[in-house]
Amino acid sequence: MAKVKNKLGLIFFPAFDWAISETHPEREERLLYTQDQIFEEGIEDIEGIEFYNPTIATEKDIARVHFAVPDVASRLTPSHLIAAGGAIRAYQAVMEKEVDKSFALVRPPGHHAHRIVYGDRGFCIVNIEAVALERIRQDYGDLKVAIIDTDAHHGDGTQDIYWNDKDTLFISFHQDGRTLYPGTGSIEEFGGPSAYGYNINIPLPPETGEEGFLYVLENVVMPILDDFKPDIIVNSAGQDNHYSDPLTNMNFTAQGYAILNERLNPDIAVLEGGYSIEGALPYINVGIILAMAGLDYSHVWEPDYDAERLKQDPSITAHIKKLSNVIYSLWKHKDELAKEAFKNKTKITREQNIYFDTAQVMEHQIQTYTICKDCAGVDFIDSENDKNAHIFAITIPRKACQKCIDKAYKMYDQSNKESFTKIYLQDRVNDKYLSK
Amino acid sequence: MIVGIDMGGTHIDGVIIDGGEIIKTTKNITDKDDLFKSIQTTLQQLLENIDKKKISRINLSTTISTNAIVENKVSKVGMIVQSGPGMNHDFSDAGDEVEFISGYIDHRGTVVKEVSKNEINDIKINFTKSRIDSIGVVSKFSTRNPSHEKQISNILEDDFDTITTGHRLSGKLNFPRRVHTTYLNAAVNRTFRDFSDSITRSLKKEGVDAPVYILKADGGTMDLDTAKNKPVETILSGPAASFMGLSALFAESEDGVLLDIGGTTTDIFFLANGVPLFEPLGISIGNHKTLIRSIYSVSIGLGGDSYVRVEDNELKIGPQRMGRPIAFSGEHLTSTDAMVTLGKINSGNKEKATLAMGKLAEKLNVSTQEAANKVLDEMAGLIKEKVNELLSEVNGKPVYTIKELLSYKVLEPQFINIIGGPAKILAPFLEEKFNIKVKYPKRYEVANAVGAALAKPTIEINMHADTERGILSVPEVGIYEKINKNYNLEMAENRALQIVKDSAIKIGAAADTIEAEIVESNSFNMIKGFSSASRNIRVRAQIAPGLIYDLKGEQ
Repeated sequence: MAKVKNKLGLIFFPAFDWAISETHPEREERLLYTQDQIFEEGIEDIEGIEFYNPTIATEKDIARVHFAVPDVASRLTPSHLIAAGGAIRAYQAVMEKEVDKSFALVRPPGHHAHRIVYGDRGFCIVNIEAVALERIRQDYGDLKVAIIDTDAHHGDGTQDIYWNDKDTLFISFHQDGRTLYPGTGSIEEFGGPSAYGYNINIPLPPETGEEGFLYVLENVVMPILDDFKPDIIVNSAGQDNHYSDPLTNMNFTAQGYAILNERLNPDIAVLEGGYSIEGALPYINVGIILAMAGLDYSHVWEPDYDAERLKQDPSITAHIKKLSNVIYSLWKHKDELAKEAFKNKTKITREQNIYFDTAQVMEHQIQTYTICKDCAGVDFIDSENDKNAHIFAITIPRKACQKCIDKAYKMYDQSNKESFTKIYLQDRVNDKYLSK
Repeated sequence: MIVGIDMGGTHIDGVIIDGGEIIKTTKNITDKDDLFKSIQTTLQQLLENIDKKKISRINLSTTISTNAIVENKVSKVGMIVQSGPGMNHDFSDAGDEVEFISGYIDHRGTVVKEVSKNEINDIKINFTKSRIDSIGVVSKFSTRNPSHEKQISNILEDDFDTITTGHRLSGKLNFPRRVHTTYLNAAVNRTFRDFSDSITRSLKKEGVDAPVYILKADGGTMDLDTAKNKPVETILSGPAASFMGLSALFAESEDGVLLDIGGTTTDIFFLANGVPLFEPLGISIGNHKTLIRSIYSVSIGLGGDSYVRVEDNELKIGPQRMGRPIAFSGEHLTSTDAMVTLGKINSGNKEKATLAMGKLAEKLNVSTQEAANKVLDEMAGLIKEKVNELLSEVNGKPVYTIKELLSYKVLEPQFINIIGGPAKILAPFLEEKFNIKVKYPKRYEVANAVGAALAKPTIEINMHADTERGILSVPEVGIYEKINKNYNLEMAENRALQIVKDSAIKIGAAADTIEAEIVESNSFNMIKGFSSASRNIRVRAQIAPGLIYDLKGEQ
C-alpha cells in the first residue's frame, strides 16, 4: 500500500441534495464523478489520508467577514454554512496537527463573495476561505497567510475582503478579465493603503497551458512567497483553467494542477470553481489529493489528454514572461510605490459597481479606508443597490488601535438610521458584530 | 429441524434447533489438520438418534477458506489488471504473477481504449508456462462496464482451472479492493470446492438429504453452489455466527454493544437501532482489504486465557495468550485464574490459582481477593476503552448530503449483550464500568452455533443506470443491459427489489419470507449544455441479515 509523505485530511462533501437551480453548473451532479474516481482509486484506504465531515459554520462566523443584507439568516442556506464549515474543518485539522495538510472538496464555492452580500454572484454567497481563516484567527491567534487563487476567474471577492490586510497576501492567477467574468483582476489592483502590494493579480491570456501556469508559479508566485514567508499557504483551488472547462478558454491539465500543488506545497486547499465535471474534475481532484499527500501522481491524466494539441503558443509564452517580470518588479518596489501613492493622505476611497448575477441585483458602493499610523485603520462602506437597500458598514480590522476602535463605535452610534436601511459594525478586535 | 455448525479456531460447536427450541448441542476441539473430519465428527454426534429425514437444512460456518489464506495453502494465481490512468497501484501482494494490461474504461462505463487481444494471448502463454492454476481479471470501473473483464475471461477460460472476474464479487467502487478480493477468490477456489465436494459426499453417506448453506461474514447464508463460485465470501464468518447468535437470543431495537468474550479474544459489535453495523466497504484479512460485505466486528486480545502480570508496577492483561490457565494445569497466570480464585468458576485447581494470584497481589500491594477483583475490573476497563475508541471512529462516518449532515445520527449504546465463556462473570464488572444494562443469555456457550443455524440468506446489489448511455448494470448478478431514455428512479428501485428477491431464491431463500429493501437510492440529472438531458441512477438494495425464526424461552 502506498505510503504518504504528508498526512492529508479530506473534507469531501459533495452536497448531493443541493443545487442553485436544476440545470445550473453548480448542481447535485457536480462532484458525483469525482466521488466515483476517489472511491474507485481506493483513496479511503490509504493510510495517512483521513476523511472528515464538515462542521457547520455559525451566523457569527459569517458576520465576521460579510455584511449580509438584510441579515445572515435570510441570505444563506444550510449548504453555505456547511461549505464554509468544511473549510473551517480543513483549517482545524491542520491547526490541531491531526494532519499535515488538508483539502476541502466542498461546494458551493466562495471566491466571488465580497464583503457586502446582497445575494448570489458567480455561484458564490459566502467566501468560504475567508470565513474559515477569520474563524481560525479568532481561535488560534495571529497568522500570516498567503491565499493563492488558481481558479480561472478572478477571485474578486477574496480580493475585496483582504484588500487592506497586510497579513493576508492574496495572489490570483486567472484568465484575463477582459475576456472572462467577473472582468476585474488587472495588475493595477494592488491593495489598500495599509496593504499596498499584498494583492497581486496575474491576468493570463486565453489558451495559456501547462508551460505558462508553471512559469508564473516558478517566477512570480514562489519568489513572492519566499519574501512574504507565510505561516500558512492556502490554495483557492478552482479547476476551471482546465482545457475541457465549458465556461473558460484555458488549456491547463490534471497533471499541471498536480505539479502546481506539489511545488506550491499548500497547507490547505479549498475547491472553488470547475465545471467540466466528467472530463476534468475526477482527474484534477485525484491529482491534487495525491500531490498534497506526496504520492505518485505521474499516472493521473485525462482519458482524452493530448500533449501536442495543448501545447502553448510561443506568443503566449513571450507575453507571460514579460508580464511576470512586471509583476515581480512591482512586488519588489511596493513600499516605494505605496509611499508615493498615499503621500499626505488621511483616507483613500474606492468605488465599485458590483453585479449579483444570480440574484440580479446591481450594487454601487464607495469604500473609505482611513489611514492610521498605528494600525490598518478603520474602514467603511456606503452601499446602495437597485432594490432600495442602502447600507452603511464599518469595519474595525483585527489589530486596530484603541483610538480607531473608539472612532468606529462613535461612527456607528452617530450614524443616522433615517439615512440608511441598515447600519453595521464589524469589530474583529473584540469579535463583536452589531447592526441596527 | 435445522442443524447449525460453527467451526472456530479452537472449538467446533454444533446445535440442532427444532421449532424454535434447542434440542441438542455439541462442543469439540477443532482438529486443525483435518477440518473436514472435525465437521464429520460433529455431524455424527448431532445426528445420532435423530430422524435424518426431518433435517430441513444444514447451516455451516467454516474457517476452511480463512485458514487456507492465513496458512498460504492456496492455488497459484495469475492476475490480469487493467489500471488505466489514475493512481500507481502496487498489487505485488495480490497474486503470484500480476500482469498490467492496456485499455481503459472510465467512470461512466465508456470504453476509452480497447483491450489488446495480443497482450492477453501473450499472458496466456506466460501463465501456462509458469503453471498458474487460477486466474483473476480486474479492470478499473468494471462495475460500470464489465465488457473488458468478460472479453479477457473468454480468451482464457479453456486453459485454466477457474477464472474470477472482479465485477461479479461486488458492485461497490474500490479498484484495489476489487483486485484483492478477486485474488483471494481465485486463490481459495480449489480448496473450497474440494471441501464442498467432501461435505456433499459425506452427507450422502450419512443419508442426509438436506441442503447445505454456508455462512458469510455479513451474517447471512448462501447455498453451496454459489459458495463454490464465491468462496471468498465464506471467510471470517465466525464473528458473524456469534453476532447472529446474540441476535437470536435477544431481540433489540436500540443502539447497543454486543460482545463475544472467548479464551483468547473478545469480539466487539454494534447495533444501531437494533440493526447491525456493517463494515463500510468490506472485511480485511491479513494485508488484504476486500469488498466482502461484513458485519462490523473488531477483535481485541482479551479473554479468559489472557496472560496476567505486573509490568512497571502496573497490572497488565493480554493481549497475548501464554497457554492454559494455572487452574487448568497451565504455567502462566490468566484472567480465568482470577475467576477461579474468587470462586466464580467451580472447576480447576483453586489452590494453585489462588497461590499464583497471591504472588501477583504482593506485587500490587493488595490482598489476593482484591487483586483477583482488580483483574476482572481491569478487563472490563480495557473493553470499555476499546468500545469508546471504536465508537468515536464509527461516529465519524462520512456523509454526503446536507440532510444527512444536519440529522447526523450518533451511536449511543443503551445496553451490552454478551456471550462466551466468561460472559456471566464479567457482566457485573461491565455494568459498573459502562453504567448501562448488561445481559447474557442462558445458552451463551453455544450462541455462535445457534447463530449459524438460524441465519437466513442475504444479498446485496449495487445498481447503476445511465440513461444517456442507455445502460443498466448490476454487476453482482451479471446484469448489463439496455434501458431506454425514460428509465427513472422508481423503475430502478422496483427492478432492484425484484433482482434481490430472485437472487435470494436462487441462494436458498423461501419466497414468502424475503424482506428486500432499498438501502440507498439516488437519481442525478445529467446536464448537457444547459438542459436536463438524462439521468444517472444509483440504487443499493439488500436483504439484511435475519433469523429463520426467533428462539423460544432462551432469554
